[in-house]
Amino acid sequence: MTHPQEKTPILEIRQLVKTFGSFTAVSGVSFSISEGICYGLLGPNGAGKTTTIEMIEGLLAPDSGEILYKGKKRDSRFYEEVGIQFQNTELPHQLTVGETLATFRSLYRRKRSMDDLIALCHLDDILHKDNRKISGGQKQRLLLAMAIANDPDLVFLDEPTTGLDPQARRHLWDIVFQLKSRGKTLVLTTHYMEEAQFLCDRIAIMDNGRIIAEDTPAGLLNDHVKGTSLILPGPVHPDKLKDFPFPWFPVRENSVEIQTMDIQRCLQELLLRQIDLTGVTVRPQNLEDLFLKLTGHALRE
Amino acid sequence: MFVRIWALFMARNKEFVRDRSSLGWSLLFPFLVIAGFSLMFSGRVTQTYTVGMVGDPAKLGVDRAQVLERFENTRFVDTVAFENRDDAIARLGRHSLDMVFDRGNFEYWVSDSSPGSYIVEKMLLAAERREHKSLRRNTVQGREIPYVEWLFPGILGMNMMFSGLFGVGYVVVHYRKNGVLKRLSASPMKAWEYLLSQVLSRVVIMFSTTAIVYAGCVLLYRFPCRGSYLLLVLVFLLGSFSMISLGLLVAARLSSEELAGGLLNLISWPMMFLSGVWFSLEGSKPWVQSVSNIFPLTHLIESARLVMNEGAGFHDIRIRLLIMLIMSLVFLAAGSLMFEWKKQ
Repeated sequence: MTHPQEKTPILEIRQLVKTFGSFTAVSGVSFSISEGICYGLLGPNGAGKTTTIEMIEGLLAPDSGEILYKGKKRDSRFYEEVGIQFQNTELPHQLTVGETLATFRSLYRRKRSMDDLIALCHLDDILHKDNRKISGGQKQRLLLAMAIANDPDLVFLDEPTTGLDPQARRHLWDIVFQLKSRGKTLVLTTHYMEEAQFLCDRIAIMDNGRIIAEDTPAGLLNDHVKGTSLILPGPVHPDKLKDFPFPWFPVRENSVEIQTMDIQRCLQELLLRQIDLTGVTVRPQNLEDLFLKLTGHALRE
Repeated sequence: MFVRIWALFMARNKEFVRDRSSLGWSLLFPFLVIAGFSLMFSGRVTQTYTVGMVGDPAKLGVDRAQVLERFENTRFVDTVAFENRDDAIARLGRHSLDMVFDRGNFEYWVSDSSPGSYIVEKMLLAAERREHKSLRRNTVQGREIPYVEWLFPGILGMNMMFSGLFGVGYVVVHYRKNGVLKRLSASPMKAWEYLLSQVLSRVVIMFSTTAIVYAGCVLLYRFPCRGSYLLLVLVFLLGSFSMISLGLLVAARLSSEELAGGLLNLISWPMMFLSGVWFSLEGSKPWVQSVSNIFPLTHLIESARLVMNEGAGFHDIRIRLLIMLIMSLVFLAAGSLMFEWKKQ
């Protein structure tokens, strides 16, 4: 029996499949998104995140599966009510930031006010600048403004902060928070763990075209990675870790990461085996550790 | 110092050799131009004379028929049949022909001001051998249209061709490649709305630039327009439309700028040489003239020349206008059906 307060999810994806020749990019992905949350697709490059998103956005035809928007198949209403920020997009040449935004905004029946878009995305200083002369961070803010120009109910953000410096990334996160506070539903793809953890209410972790875990950030951490991570800067001879009682993984630059629920015993074991602990890092586990545990390879290679 | 120069010298050579379209174009293009010219002009001697033949020689007596036959067999004299005598005489007046000969009435026309007429008349009289077969002589007041005045519509047409093909076609491919079109595709905008907006924009741009160039040249060089300006506007509008829609057809699915540039060059350069931009194709082999007629630029330039140089009216160019309109609609329809927002 349906709970009286259960609303239809704004987006429902059922068993999406997409292959390119013999390569399966997306293999039976399913999830559903409630209104008003920020939903993250987290995974390394090549996991199938962008392919999944582009099928939902209507840019790629799925080989099989179903996509429901507000409980129904997508129609022309979908394109009026969603906003999309692509991963890698150029802008029209010879137009200014303001002209680009105004032109794009005029494609929709429902429009958010220009003043609101400019204020929200901090475009005042660059409105009269040529598109070719803005920085990466400024371009991402313009693309985000274009993505919300029609005051959409559902916004897709595909790797919105890739290539941005930390300050530009924080600026963009602030804008995303403001969108969330206005009740918008956001779908965010990223390969930055901290971005997913910081922004998203629910996260689906993808690898090799499949969702391997899905929950709130806290739920994912609690279920899979409640312990501690030790990172040994290395190099560590594999013989020294033979029959080590805790799982360990080689990671970037000869380092080794050990995941443990019992830090005391782990340290004792390392000392017994006379492993050099100079430069060791000890921290609580995070989503990158979860990914490592589930897949055996790092989120960012 | 020499090591640095050598390193960059070698790197640049590698870049050039690996850029297949530049390499192909640098090597292939001169061969294609020479091959094209040799095909078009094979068997033609540089200096020939052209006589327009009208009328039916069936009722000529034997003696007159012999004169005619001797004349037609004269070396370096080409004959072109015309249905309409007035049309041929008008061409004589413009020095497009050196003589008009009416085979039925055994009379001929020459232009007083044409050197070609003078020489061909001498050849005709030589064929007659002073046998006084009652050849009747007529003269026409001619004015040779200066080459640059004759060239002017061709240059305008060529400019419109490059603007229509590269200004629209290449830009669409570039925007498809870098994702601008993809961004538009994720909006409510339809493909036909986008294409129409591009066509209209380019028509306005091409028309404005053509009008400015036209006005400037008229002020500087006093080129006359012997026909109606309104008709000329119609010619240029239809011509623009046909070039732009051809450009859109080429760009319908491509996302490689190299390939697009190569294809557009492959279309535009033969079109330029075979559409009468630089030289008249009168007297060329029939197949060359047939090929010329498949190019929209041919109809644009010929219509513009007829209006500007000869004062032709709507009736005279209506077929060419219709051809340009049909070509435009066919190219546009095909381009719309094939149009892709995304890279393939």
